[in-house]
Amino acid sequence: MSWTAVLVLAAGTYGFRVVGPLLRHRISVPARVQQLLTDAATVLLVGLVATSALTEGHDFAGWARPAGVLVALALVLCRASLPVVVVAAAGTTALLRLLGVA
Amino acid sequence: MVSSVVDVRSVWRTLDRRTVADIALVCAADALVGLSFGAITVSGGLPAWLPVALSVLVFAGGAQFAAVGAVLAGGGAASGVVAGLILNARLLPFGVAVADVLGSRWPARLLGAHLVVDESVAFTIRQDDPERRRAAFWLTGASLFVVWNLAVVGAALAGRVLRDTDAIGLDAAFPAVLLALVLPTLTGRSRRPAALGAILAVAATTVLPPGLPVLVSLLGLVLVPRRSRAAPS
Repeated sequence: MSWTAVLVLAAGTYGFRVVGPLLRHRISVPARVQQLLTDAATVLLVGLVATSALTEGHDFAGWARPAGVLVALALVLCRASLPVVVVAAAGTTALLRLLGVA
Repeated sequence: MVSSVVDVRSVWRTLDRRTVADIALVCAADALVGLSFGAITVSGGLPAWLPVALSVLVFAGGAQFAAVGAVLAGGGAASGVVAGLILNARLLPFGVAVADVLGSRWPARLLGAHLVVDESVAFTIRQDDPERRRAAFWLTGASLFVVWNLAVVGAALAGRVLRDTDAIGLDAAFPAVLLALVLPTLTGRSRRPAALGAILAVAATTVLPPGLPVLVSLLGLVLVPRRSRAAPS
């Protein structure tokens, strides 16, 4: 991988990031639209959770990872703190793998 | 650099201790991922400058792994760049959603744009108050940038410190962190679009290249009629 490839990826990525901050101050955004944008970010993050918990490329990620995320979900609903949630999720997945569950 | 565009002391005053502790934890988890990224890259035979340059300039974990993975698999740099760019396309809607926290001054907007990552967006949208949104974004983005790059540099220099993060379940930690951050923001209004979007995104992974299915989840927002989302939170 050359410097050119790194710079193209970096420039493209920065391009995606900077569109919002650049356009934002040319137009005034009503509160309703800001609410819609926040909802869009929420929907995207939930989509990211679902795809990263369940899939790897085009395939199912195996049972160990979604099992860990399911434990995380239960703990979040019980209002557990973030360290507990993260350690329990990773621990469940690691333990399942240790036991031979992919 | 960041201290010149945001008042660091006001960030500490604005955020509650639990949020700061949560941000620190996410940084620690991402440090482990950074260590593995650096280690995988150099132990695969690629030069040590490559993971460091990618981490500083691209600063998006998923895309960095995709780019290096494509090269290590013999796919060539071009396929790595394309895979990375598709994965990062979600940063565009994320940047639009958090643009308000970057203010109107040019240095803050241009520098802040580089810190738009999943985690900084997730911590930002949890906050309602504009000051706290700003503080959450800058603290998460800046500390992740520092920690992530230090971890990658360390691993690139040290070689094989931590290669198999799947063995310790770190691949479950990433969705778990985002889930914990995003669940409280799922109000009556966004719950149904998010559920539908997640189903569509997972279904789309069977046909679309990695990165695009996440964007498909936005269809949930389009397809669920607005009046059925009107329930107040």
